[in-house]
Amino acid sequence: MARILIPTPLRQFAEKNDSVELTGTTVGEVLGALTSRFPDLKKHLYNDEGKLRSFVNVYLNDEDIRYIGKEASPVKEADTLSIVPSIAGGAHRG
Amino acid sequence: MDGQLKLKQASVLLVGAGGLGAPLGLYLAAAGIGRIGLVDFDVVDFTNLQRQVIHGTKDVGRKKIDSAFETMRDINPFVQLDRHETALSSENAFQIFKDYDYVVDGTDNFPTRYLVNDACVLLNKPNVYGSIFRFEGQATVFAYEGGPCYRCLYPEPPPPGLVPSCAEGGVLGILPGVIGLIQATETVKLILGIGQPLVGRLLLYDALGMKFRELKLRKNPDCPICGDHRTITQLIDYQEFCGIPHQPVEAAPVTGDIEPSEVKQKQDRGDNFVLIDVREPHEYQIARIPGARLIPLGELPKRLGELNKLDEFVMHCKSGMRSAKAVDLLKQAGFAKVRNMKGGILAWSDKVDPTVPKY
Repeated sequence: MARILIPTPLRQFAEKNDSVELTGTTVGEVLGALTSRFPDLKKHLYNDEGKLRSFVNVYLNDEDIRYIGKEASPVKEADTLSIVPSIAGGAHRG
Repeated sequence: MDGQLKLKQASVLLVGAGGLGAPLGLYLAAAGIGRIGLVDFDVVDFTNLQRQVIHGTKDVGRKKIDSAFETMRDINPFVQLDRHETALSSENAFQIFKDYDYVVDGTDNFPTRYLVNDACVLLNKPNVYGSIFRFEGQATVFAYEGGPCYRCLYPEPPPPGLVPSCAEGGVLGILPGVIGLIQATETVKLILGIGQPLVGRLLLYDALGMKFRELKLRKNPDCPICGDHRTITQLIDYQEFCGIPHQPVEAAPVTGDIEPSEVKQKQDRGDNFVLIDVREPHEYQIARIPGARLIPLGELPKRLGELNKLDEFVMHCKSGMRSAKAVDLLKQAGFAKVRNMKGGILAWSDKVDPTVPKY
């Protein structure tokens, strides 16, 4: 089971969970398991062509999956996956 | 002493005097940075005070840049403070950035963040980045000596509407203090040349879990602005890049008079506007229009900070005289969409709702 951390902006689409344990041998499989469990998350993670959106980064432990094999990156037991979306807050409209 | 001299000789530009800019301004002034520039054109509002600790209740309605500088000058009168009272844009970014050693990004929206990034990359200036959302924050230093930039991390912004904004989600008031001070720490470290700068690492802070995590941040060889085959060589239209349509030409005028019946229609349609009643409280006791907010004309000048300039306003009084003065007052204060309800509450009683008593 790999742990996947869900960031604050996406928790509303994941029944308020901040992390879940899922099975999968690759990053793609774990993300697939995540979106089957929380279908509302899908459009926030993937574009219409089924590709990961470019403002959502996925990390396997502390590595950006774009540099280690993307969604084919192998996932081991006890690995942690993080979804890190871009956030822009900081000034007056907060 | 050497370190203090380095700080004195340094110049730092803060973009934004909001949640992140507040702690940054306080501590960078206290640290004795020689010259601090501030880019901001906003006005202090009551709702800012929960996190923008550089401003106080006495500052509501004042320009943030004035309020921030007053506080910073009080802490350290020897800092040179340079005002840039403007919205940062592709037209002015180079001109403003070029005179500073470091740029600190404390903005709140994607177009400005990409603009700050691109200008820093193109001018080869470090961009000390921080951003917040509800209970979590991110910080790093971009574009430091050829290191990764914001576009390496996120090539594109989310389309409008897909990611909830801070305005929708709100933010833990203390959070920008934590992230802003991480930015201040990194700025001072860069100036002094000490420690390991937060370069090539993205620091994530989760206030609820009280956890800091660190992710590797690599330079993307395909980055459109700092990669091997760069396609962006100058500043672009960032509103368009972020999918934000340019402000359409106003179809209906939002100045001049408005009939009471039209105000009623706007209410029934659920239009987004604010109806302000500028009469006195005793008149309000006699008769009132549902949904109207009472701000007596005499109190209006000092309560402008309660109103958002971007909103649309309809002003009313008993017969339309005092509200006409209120309209002038708001327009002079920079409010663009303000109208006067013709004939006041008397006309409302005649034309819309006779159950509203006349007096």
